[in-house]
Amino acid sequence: MTGIQLVFIVVAVMTLGAALMAVLTSNMVHAALWLILALFGVAIIFVLLNAGFLAVVQVVIYIGAISIIMIFAIMLTRRLITDIGTQTSSSWPWAALIAVALFGGLAWMLSTWGGFNTTPQLLSPRSDQVVELGQALVSPNAFVIPFEVASVLLLAALIGAIFIAWDRK
Amino acid sequence: MIPLSWYLILSAALFCIGLFGVLSRKNAVAILIGIELMLNAVNVNLVAFWRYITPQAITGQAFAVLVFAVAAAEVAVGLALIISIYRRRNTVVADEIDMLKF
Repeated sequence: MTGIQLVFIVVAVMTLGAALMAVLTSNMVHAALWLILALFGVAIIFVLLNAGFLAVVQVVIYIGAISIIMIFAIMLTRRLITDIGTQTSSSWPWAALIAVALFGGLAWMLSTWGGFNTTPQLLSPRSDQVVELGQALVSPNAFVIPFEVASVLLLAALIGAIFIAWDRK
Repeated sequence: MIPLSWYLILSAALFCIGLFGVLSRKNAVAILIGIELMLNAVNVNLVAFWRYITPQAITGQAFAVLVFAVAAAEVAVGLALIISIYRRRNTVVADEIDMLKF
């Protein structure tokens, strides 16, 4: 077992443990903090996959924006949350069954797939991924249409969120 | 080196944990937390396939960036809806938000 495999195992266990705590703990603020740890683990996974830019974006957008806005929402709605007591609905055994069955099915399907144990190809040392990604996102031959649609979606979400959360007396 | 299978199993496990959170939680914000975990699992898959199968094309990373944008939009609208419902109905429990139920 090489060092990088050890790093992967430690990070994977941390990510999955934090994710489990995020969906199991009954205190919502703690759940949001566990979510931050899980997102950070995913950022480290991106670094292990040579996608440094996505790791930075993960930290900035997911941890810096989405988690913080979630903590804001939890605090704005907190008074009732602590009164509820249990946080899981009565049908949680069915949810656990579905999740375990889906994981078993996915693992079985992946294990029958031929490319399951592919090892990584070498990245060409000449290419700069950030430059490539930036050019692909604005190139007419690549992703300019999805990129523009995503920006329109973000604008619509911005306006929609303001409109929905507006306090009309 | 790390085989591709480890990343795929990790992301499958992360997705299933998120699915469990979405299905089992009562609190609407906790359901959003589960959705975030599922979207992250998808991103791990996209980037892992990019790195192992097609490192010469940047497609996997480009789609991961689009998933980031969609996740941000989804959280913004979702939390605005939750806060609006909390203000009107004084609840964030998904079971009690049943105005549309006939």
